[in-house]
Amino acid sequence: MSDELHGKPGEGIGARVPRKEDARHMQGRGAFVADMQFPGQREVAFLRSPVAHGRLRSVVKPVGFESSVFVRADMPGVLPIAAPSTLPTFKLAVQHPLAQDKVRFVGEPVAMAIARTRAEAEDIAETIELQIDELPVHVDAHKARVDRTNLLHEDWGDNVFLTLAYENGFDAAMKEATVVVRREVSLARQAMVPMEGRATLALWDDRAGQLVVYTSTQVPHVIRVGIAHFLGIDEGIVRVISPDVGGGFGYKCVLWPEDLCVAWLALRDRRPYRWIEDRREHLVAGANCRQHAYALTGYADQRGRLLALDADITIDGGAYSNWPFTIGLEPGQATGNLPGPYDIRGYRVKTHCVATNKPGFLPYRGVARTGVCFAMEQLMDAIARAVDRDPFDVRMENLVTAAAMPYDSVTRKHYDSGDYPRALTLAREKIGIEAWRERQRRGEPDGRRIGIGFASYCEQSAHGTSVFASWGLPLVPGYDSATVRTTPDGGLEVRVGVHSHGQGMETTLAQVAHEVTGVPVARIHVVHGDTGLTPFSTGTYASRSIVMAGGAVARACESLIPRYRHIGAHMLGCTLEETRFEAGAVHGPSGSVSLRDIATAWYLRPERLPADVDRNGLEATLGYKPDVDTGAFSYASHAVVVAVDMDAGAVEVLDYVIVEDCGTLVNPMVVEGQTLGGVVQGIGTALYEESPYDENGQPLASTLADYTLPGATEVPPIRIYHLETPSPYTKFGIKGMGEGGAIAPPAVIFNAVNDALADLGVEVNETPLDPRRLLEAIERARVAAPARKVA
Amino acid sequence: MKAARFAYERPVDLASAVHTLGAHALGAGDAKPLAGGQSLGPMLNLRLARPSHVIDLSRIEALRRIESQGLPANSALPAAQARWRIGAAVTHAEIEDSPALLDGRGFMRHVATGIAYRAVRNRGTIGGSLAHADPAADWPLALNALGARVCIIGPRGRRDVSAAEFMRAGFSTVLADDEIIEAVEGPVLSAQARWGYWKICRKTGEFPEASAAAVFDPASGHARIVAGALGGAPVALAGLAAAVARLGSVALTSNAVDQALVDAVSGLDAVERKLHVTALLRATRQVFQS
Repeated sequence: MSDELHGKPGEGIGARVPRKEDARHMQGRGAFVADMQFPGQREVAFLRSPVAHGRLRSVVKPVGFESSVFVRADMPGVLPIAAPSTLPTFKLAVQHPLAQDKVRFVGEPVAMAIARTRAEAEDIAETIELQIDELPVHVDAHKARVDRTNLLHEDWGDNVFLTLAYENGFDAAMKEATVVVRREVSLARQAMVPMEGRATLALWDDRAGQLVVYTSTQVPHVIRVGIAHFLGIDEGIVRVISPDVGGGFGYKCVLWPEDLCVAWLALRDRRPYRWIEDRREHLVAGANCRQHAYALTGYADQRGRLLALDADITIDGGAYSNWPFTIGLEPGQATGNLPGPYDIRGYRVKTHCVATNKPGFLPYRGVARTGVCFAMEQLMDAIARAVDRDPFDVRMENLVTAAAMPYDSVTRKHYDSGDYPRALTLAREKIGIEAWRERQRRGEPDGRRIGIGFASYCEQSAHGTSVFASWGLPLVPGYDSATVRTTPDGGLEVRVGVHSHGQGMETTLAQVAHEVTGVPVARIHVVHGDTGLTPFSTGTYASRSIVMAGGAVARACESLIPRYRHIGAHMLGCTLEETRFEAGAVHGPSGSVSLRDIATAWYLRPERLPADVDRNGLEATLGYKPDVDTGAFSYASHAVVVAVDMDAGAVEVLDYVIVEDCGTLVNPMVVEGQTLGGVVQGIGTALYEESPYDENGQPLASTLADYTLPGATEVPPIRIYHLETPSPYTKFGIKGMGEGGAIAPPAVIFNAVNDALADLGVEVNETPLDPRRLLEAIERARVAAPARKVA
Repeated sequence: MKAARFAYERPVDLASAVHTLGAHALGAGDAKPLAGGQSLGPMLNLRLARPSHVIDLSRIEALRRIESQGLPANSALPAAQARWRIGAAVTHAEIEDSPALLDGRGFMRHVATGIAYRAVRNRGTIGGSLAHADPAADWPLALNALGARVCIIGPRGRRDVSAAEFMRAGFSTVLADDEIIEAVEGPVLSAQARWGYWKICRKTGEFPEASAAAVFDPASGHARIVAGALGGAPVALAGLAAAVARLGSVALTSNAVDQALVDAVSGLDAVERKLHVTALLRATRQVFQS
């Protein structure tokens, strides 16, 4: 994608090593839960609430199928899912694995049926009789926030999960302002729509005496903790295996009610049970992200320098929190990340996370930052228009500079390194701003309008203990561990507790191990996704895995090298000091011994070992976290050109440039792939994806005929350029970047459209920008502007 | 999202298909003909359709033919008298891949090429699309504009109706429960004929927000402009088409199109009106550009 191919030779850190995991996926040989079949397996179908809010009076099992249907009362030993948080004002939302007393959104599991096939299970499920007394429904977070009568969780006293307030230097900074700009922007509710939905298969392994849970998750070790805890059994009898996973995006980083139900069935009956989420279940019960509304007031000077920012943020939290991250994650990230890459001295914010009759909010790739970037970048353009300056110049005025790094933000985030203005400048240059401005002035032959937009963001990645502990979650990430095992033939097995499901870590972690040991990437086998085989990790989320697991892999490899050298020196007949380890072999004055020779000696021919050999052998497990664990901040600037069809209400992206910096690149090709995938999701947010609800809380997009996703033909050519500013805090200077691509597209596309329409006085500010929203905005401006036209 | 139980039958010829369908229509259950399954398949899985029997027509050879009739290479007949015939179980992809001149001017091929995605076109059929009668589908609109006829067969024999009459409303046609579509027949256009076709889709392959087709053939006097994706059956704007045929492109103003649309269709809001006018203008302008 990049026209200057960025990458180092070889196959260590920085090399464009082709992904090891691609072959099986390209050949359709991946192994997903839906591919699995065990003897005696039964399929599970869930009966879900058809109403958005109501009192559950009764659930009647169909006659003759009493033993095939299960309700909450059948599983009294299973604890309800609840995750406390120490954040001030946080209220606990308790979710039962199957609804008890109340239903709070359409799609909430109420009962389950089992049968030989899914179709038969659905046959049974649809004959279960539900008696629900309907209650008034909340679909509007603004209204739900102030309603103290109709409550989702009656013991709360209101409908607010939590309210975060923060202020730093606001009063002093805003007084200096001469320009005040107000904007309201909002994002629609979405579903994450991984290609593979959720899937869980549980069985009892008599030989191991374990409940084995195959589940499509980003966080197998966390799921093991959760299943043991909520089922009330020892963790030792639970093994969680996440096989191939077809996309996570945050949707698969929490424990779901369905997981618990399936595990409970397998434990109860000691036979395999499986549930595969279908697309309708996903779109109905999984519409759980992105819905933020922002009211921003920017206080600036005449040059467009943003002196102070006042923000009121409302997050439509849906009906329930989640375990273990809680619903506090999203408002916390929105509150703390809104200032983004800008040097703002005064900030005041209030963030409301409100309960509504929709599926409970989950952190989706980009976590709140897609929303804050959307809000902040539109404010930047609005300020530029208010002070009549180029939006690029106004951004340059406000970005944190390289000289200011490391920089402590107004929300006390610690930006570790980078040159934000350089990324923006390069993006402007690479998009070819002059030529586009000329074409914009000239006008298109087909009548469409050209617009150019910019957006910048910074992305906290691999933030660790101190950050999560401050949010008061029930589970806080600490040291990530890796086991590196030398095989008897001189290869390496790398075992990690994170999970790779598109991130390419079967390749990039091998590259890290190769960097340290010189063992060819082809002979390094990365094992992940099985709590029985890998050391504990909280898993793959928050753009953390390559930093955390990568650091652990490097440390474990490094710890083996003295052991290799010690054995090697003995075999070479020289002293340890006379040896060096390089390219997978120990070299001494008289020759070399390969890792294969050393491994053969340890495992198969121990008579060749020195008497004082390190008895820990050729395998090591070590933990890692960066010394400063406040996060490594990746960043990027996006620049985009659109053509706006004023009569069809259509937006076409003509060119898209990204300048990104994720510190030391482990594999530029993988970084580009991650970026592209994220951008496509961001284009979906900007232009297509929406889970609308009617006033009764009924979801209006329950199939892919109604929920519009970008496809191959909607993705423009995207050019990616890399900067490389290492993090001072992480091993090799690596920063995480898995989410970044999805952060900026809505901001940059809306800014480009607003640039195209600026002289008409049209501004759009609500995702997705479908023909209706665009044409209505044009019509509003036309009605509002007749006086100007006449003049 | 798995289908409820149904019996599956796959008759080998038209006569047994008609017989099977008729037998079920008279009995207690209800039978649903299946062709490409691109609409019925999802409806079965969503349990929106729950027929007791599914009669698969896709392998019946008589429904799988594309024919041109009365069009020998040296024909002295006026082209307007020549016709083509496409079997109901012919797929969109087969029409897409057919010779451009099946209808003389490549209209049918163009329409087929723009239906959904190739994967859908590989299975979806022209007869299935007509029988399903989605308001936003391509064939009800295109065949209406072209003046095609729908050939129907049932226990009481054969009949044919114009494409314009065939679809009565959204998801509703003149087909009786025991009837199936046998074929679609249409005119071969003259060399002077011109057509236009425009869909406003949020993305490639998506059902359109608005669609329009225009077909003018001076040789036969055929002049039709039809608006689609209206929520019901496509609507022909006869007055507008006549004016355009008589006066040419000067009759094709936004105001004239908007007025014609509002006269023919009620209940459109401002955005819908804008989109349909845009589709109509763009489709009809193509007539003057080719």
